Amino acid sequence: MSAHGRIAAAAFRQHSTYRMATAAGVFTNTVFGFIRASIMFAAISTAGGELGGYTMLQAATYVWLGQALLAPIEAFGTREVSQRVHQGDIAVDLLRPTDLLTLYYAQKLGRAGFLVLARGVPPLMVGALVTGLSLPENPLSYLLGAVSLLLAITVAFLADMMVNLAAFWLVETRGLTVVYTATMNLLSGFLIPIVWFPDWLLAIARATPFPSMIQTPIDTLSGRIPPAEALGLMGVQLGWTALLAIAAWAMLRAGTRSLEVQGG
Amino acid sequence: MAEIDRTGERPGPEDRPVSAARLVATLYGSRLRSQATFRTSFLADLLGQVLVVGTEFLELWVILTQVGTLGGMTLPQVAVVYGLGALAFGIGDMFFGEIDGLSAQIRSGRLETLLIRPVPLLLQISSLDLSLRRIGRIVVGLAMYATALGISGFSPTPALLLLAVLAPLAGALIFGALFTMAGALQFWLVDGREFANAFTYGGNYVATTPGAVFALPMRAFFTFVIPATLIAYAPTLALLDLPGPALVPAWAGWIGLPVALLAWCLAMALWRAGVRRYTGAGG
Repeated sequence: MSAHGRIAAAAFRQHSTYRMATAAGVFTNTVFGFIRASIMFAAISTAGGELGGYTMLQAATYVWLGQALLAPIEAFGTREVSQRVHQGDIAVDLLRPTDLLTLYYAQKLGRAGFLVLARGVPPLMVGALVTGLSLPENPLSYLLGAVSLLLAITVAFLADMMVNLAAFWLVETRGLTVVYTATMNLLSGFLIPIVWFPDWLLAIARATPFPSMIQTPIDTLSGRIPPAEALGLMGVQLGWTALLAIAAWAMLRAGTRSLEVQGG
Repeated sequence: MAEIDRTGERPGPEDRPVSAARLVATLYGSRLRSQATFRTSFLADLLGQVLVVGTEFLELWVILTQVGTLGGMTLPQVAVVYGLGALAFGIGDMFFGEIDGLSAQIRSGRLETLLIRPVPLLLQISSLDLSLRRIGRIVVGLAMYATALGISGFSPTPALLLLAVLAPLAGALIFGALFTMAGALQFWLVDGREFANAFTYGGNYVATTPGAVFALPMRAFFTFVIPATLIAYAPTLALLDLPGPALVPAWAGWIGLPVALLAWCLAMALWRAGVRRYTGAGG
């Protein structure tokens, strides 16, 4: 097993030990799912059963998939790397014989793997029981959905890493994290589907990597868009993956060069 | 904040070297001054908070550009609910939101340090990391509340004006009680901190939404168990003279303060039970 495989497996096991926290997270995600579904149902029933291409059942599917993806995508941002930069621990990471970005990516994949199963599946089951879900008829949608989910986790990881790496130049990154998270929640299509946006906001959203993190995997997994359209959007996800990977790598390189760690 | 002063089983106020009010002012004042020192960081945080509130409201606004009403309310009416809810949550969160971090104190063994100080535990924790940046939500909420009231044709009588002023304060007290209960629960569920988020942050989500959108079982839960619809939705119905849906009549807008009082009684009982249960883990 390669070093990265071991790291991913270790991250999976590490997170599987926090059982109470996982149960609490599932509970909270589910309660929020009910609140969000209520708001969308009210809007759709006022609109006469369909709103912006969403029926009640599709809206329910959209909400529950969104709640399921919240934990694996880590939509509220992470702060580990920025804290390691501030404390100087990043120097230890840089000394390791494995590349820093792929090391953290392996950790992220292990963590996400656990979170998809433990935090993603239960809210979906509750949703299926209470509101019902509209699942895709084409089996291809499940396969594409799985790939799209992996790409979404990758894009979200890279963008979050860039926010963290800003710590090389900023003394305090909490404000940046808050701004990033708020923007992401809105433009990713997590709060409401981006096709409901007015044109100007939709144009802004489409110019960012955010829809690739949530709206695309939801649309692909739910089969709301046909496989051909999903493939196009997955191409966009791939493009953002490449672009953000280069940007994150460049940030890390520039940051490493200017990094100065005190102490012995 | 009389509730806080009654927390500890300590000597009466006459035995203390400083008065309780002085203590509160000193503790909160020191936190405020320390944060105002780091201006850039504070400004970034503040802008972030404003943006968070903005995007939350944008969700409702986008829906209302697609449909005329949400839960029977027009955009200005929804904005009154949202503004009032955000203002109440902002105040409650600023003074009591830090109780949420109790599990970190328990796990790291720092709670013992706080327990041996001659200051009520609840007061120490709630002022410990008081975040001035939370003023962002308060300012935006207040501006939205006042503006939206004006647009939606609020015709003030002395009684209604009183309600308009009291409602955010009663709401803040209810949120404060919810945060305290959430903190107290962490004495039992150290790792289950997120459970309580469903009721504190979830309560905020419900409070800033027209209550009529919720199906009856949910509306009942968020009215009688977690009194979230009574924080902003019910007062808005009363202020704008709108009819309420089943379970949340417009007159319920007037019962915020008694509900807050009841919630605080429960919160204090739970908090005391939690502190008594605490045994500590470190040496």
